Order: sequence, then C-alpha cells, then structure tokens
Amino acid sequence: MGLLLLWELCGRLGLLNPLFFPVPSLILLRFIAMLADGEIQANLTITLFRLFTGFLLGTIPGILIGLLMGASEKIRLLLDPIVAATYPIPKLAIFPLLMIIFGIGEFSKIMAIAIGCFFIVLINAMAGVKNINKVYFDVAKNYGASKGQLFTRVILPASLPMIFTGIRLALGMSLIVVVGVEFVSANYGIGAIIWNGWETFEIEKLYVGIFLCAILGILFTVILKRVEMRITPWFGHLAYRDQE
Amino acid sequence: MKLECRHLTKNFGEGEKETRIISDVNFEIKEGEFLCILGPSGCGKTTLLRIIAGLMEPTSGEVIFSGNKNYGPINSMVFQEHGVFPWMNVIDNVAFGLEMQGVPRKERYTQSLDFLKRVGLSKYAFRNPHELSVGMRQRIAIARAFVTNPAILLMDEPFGSLDAQTRLILQEELLKIWSEHKKTVIFVTHDIDEAILLGDRLLVMTSVPGRIKEIIAIGIDRPRDSRMESTPEFIMRLRIWNSIRSEVEKAMQEDTGDAEN
Repeated sequence: MGLLLLWELCGRLGLLNPLFFPVPSLILLRFIAMLADGEIQANLTITLFRLFTGFLLGTIPGILIGLLMGASEKIRLLLDPIVAATYPIPKLAIFPLLMIIFGIGEFSKIMAIAIGCFFIVLINAMAGVKNINKVYFDVAKNYGASKGQLFTRVILPASLPMIFTGIRLALGMSLIVVVGVEFVSANYGIGAIIWNGWETFEIEKLYVGIFLCAILGILFTVILKRVEMRITPWFGHLAYRDQE
Repeated sequence: MKLECRHLTKNFGEGEKETRIISDVNFEIKEGEFLCILGPSGCGKTTLLRIIAGLMEPTSGEVIFSGNKNYGPINSMVFQEHGVFPWMNVIDNVAFGLEMQGVPRKERYTQSLDFLKRVGLSKYAFRNPHELSVGMRQRIAIARAFVTNPAILLMDEPFGSLDAQTRLILQEELLKIWSEHKKTVIFVTHDIDEAILLGDRLLVMTSVPGRIKEIIAIGIDRPRDSRMESTPEFIMRLRIWNSIRSEVEKAMQEDTGDAEN
C-alpha cells in the first residue's frame, strides 16, 4: 500500500517517466475499464484453466512417483537417472518442442506447466520420505504394519509437510510458465494481456497484466497456507520441531 | 512362556571398521517377570533390545520364544522417542497396533479407551499429540504397547528424555499398570534407581562390546513405590553402582580416546 502511494506521488511529481511508469491510478482506471467489458474475466479464466489443468496433471503423478522413489530403494535406483537427466531442462526452452509434438493449441501449454510441476513435487515428495524420523518406521514394523499400511498410514502423512512445500513451489512455477507460454503463443490469457500491452505499447494494459499476476501469486500463497494449516496442523509446532 | 537369548552377538561395519557391539549375551526371562537391563551409554543395550524385538538381525546367536498362551504379537516396544504419530489423534495412535492386526474400529476404540483411562488420558482421546506434553505422549506410547496384549513388553529407556519429576510420576504409573496385568517386561535403562524401583532382576552390562557382567535379583517386596528409595534395602544401590562404575568409566575413556584420535 505504502509503496503504491509512493509510486503515485513520484509519478504525479514528474519524477517518473509516464511512458514507462504510469501512475497506479491510471493503471487502476484501465483495470476497471477492462473489467467492464469482460476482458479481464475472459483472459483470467483461460489462464487459470491452463494453470490448474497443468498443475493437476503434473503434481498428482509427481507426488506419487516421488513418494514411491522415497519409499523404495529399487524404484529410486531405477528412476533417479532419468529424473536427474530431464529435470534441469528449462521448461520454456522446450516449449517449441512441445508445440511440435502436441500442436499449438491448449495441450502444449498445459504440458509445459505439467512438466514444470512434475519435477518439483517429485523431488520434494522424495525428500519428504527421506526426512521421516526413523522411529516411525520402527513403530510401524514393530506393530505389524504391512507394506501397504506403512505407505498409507505412515509414509504418506509423514511426508505431507514437504509435499506442501513442493506444491507451493509448483504453483509458483505454474504461474511463471503459463504467463511465459502465453507470451509466445496465445491470443488470450494474462500473458497475452501483458504481451499485447507491450506490442501495442499500451503501457497501462501491460501493468494490469503484471498486477494480475502478482495478485494471483499472493492469493495462491494465502489459500495454500490455510489449507496447509488445516491438513498438517502439527508441522512447525514447537513441540514437534525437536523430534522431527 | 519363556524367552531365551542364546549367544547373541552383533557386529556393525565391515572389514577394518567392524566393531562388536554385543558379545555372547545369554539370559532368559520367565512369564510375569520385570527384567531391567542396566548399562553405560553405548554398551549395546538398545541394540540388544532391537534384536529381541525383531527390528534387527543378530550377527550370530538366536532369540527363542516359547509360549502357548493367547497373546497378540510376541512383543510390543516403547521407544525412547515415544514415536507417537503426530498426524493421528491420541486414540488412533493407541489403537495403531490393533488396527494393523485388522481389529474393527469399534472394538479397538473400546480397548484403547480402556487403556487411556489407565494412563489418565481418557479425556484427551480425540485430541492431537502436538497439543499434549512430552510426558503425555510417552504415556500414549505405553498405552499403545499394552493394548496390543503382547507376550513381552520391551521398553527402551522410555523415560530417558523426560524431566526428573515427570519421570518419577510415570515410573509409579508404570508400576501401577504393570501390577494390574503382570506383563513380562524387559526394560532398558541407565538409571540405577529406576532399575531397582521397577525390576525383579537386573542385568548389568559391560561397556562395549556389551556382555552381561552380573545378574542381580532385587529382593524388595511388591507393591513398590518411590517412597521405598529411602528404605534400607535400597542400599543395594551402592553395590550396583560399584559394579557398573568401572564400566561407565571405561566407556568414557573410550569416548575421549576416540576424540583424541
């Protein structure tokens, strides 16, 4: 809030070049105008659709495979080289390749997001399993848990805190990737708004897009925090910090 | 029923770095007996308990259990780090062993609630472990071990990480619950007073490689409580300390010796 006021002030005082740094009040006006004719809604919807579809497509298998790799040394040895080799490839760099394979429609964009999410949650889920306090495995074994019970009643819940970390990072990555691919190959979407603002040099439009991204990012973080508190209330609690 | 340990030996590491943790441990325990294993830190008593529990294989030797009564699992263990799952509520934790055995929910909740009452936690049954104190969590772990009705109860320094006052209270509580069920217990500790208070017999272990140095029968009548620590019979405490003292000093010398290397 304070920053925005400072910005407004500097702009009004002529300290900022209005071509590159329009004052927030102008950006707000543009935003309201775009809201009025439905431009915001339409673009936002399509971006969110791509984002969440890609997110789900990437995180669900990513978490499962990550957990399996953490739980089973055999599976880890099998898949680790593949993961290590493919993870460092930048998702945006391979986007043209994805377009060749999946066409220039929605699916290539969704795949780019999915791939980005997949590796992040996999690595975090695997680390989550590795970090489980050994005593829980002892308890499970001593009290007769089968392999399946060990997985559902111990490994999965114990890894949840790190899985959430992975989800948080993946959500952030999804936003970056979706905007990125929308720069390059979309007519609609937040990235398209930004890019269009850039191409037509409608600077306020560009900033509207950027602010939309920022708001989404904040919203995701806040909502995720709430969910995390609900599902893993014990994590980070002082009582368990020493023993984790 | 009876448990026998024969010539138990355990080595860790390979080649040059191979160290023998316990060496040729022999003893047996009879039904209803409360056996304490006492020894300096690092003498292998936790390793010994884990082998008995089946969590670890001995390098050589065997653990033979013979019994014909109607028990649940052969053993249930209480760990020093309580190991109470933070993602389950209290009653689900206590009922965990029963759940793994396939006991239906209503039945296992009834049994668990019963033991929660005995450890004084029944009104916390549906709370979460992180809301409770460490002493309470250890009580949950104890209830969890009892409720599965094991042939033998294994306890690995369960009160080791508690403050002195909580420890005294839990020791008395354990005596109380134990006297109602007369379970067979193997209790590992480094605390002499605790061992004398709780045990029928004491196994004194040497420093590493751990061997049985002495087996001492505690001749003090039951029921016992912490007030007995000022009785003359407790004098045996001095004798036990003399026995274990040289082992503790040996263990400490080995530690500093390694540190210098």
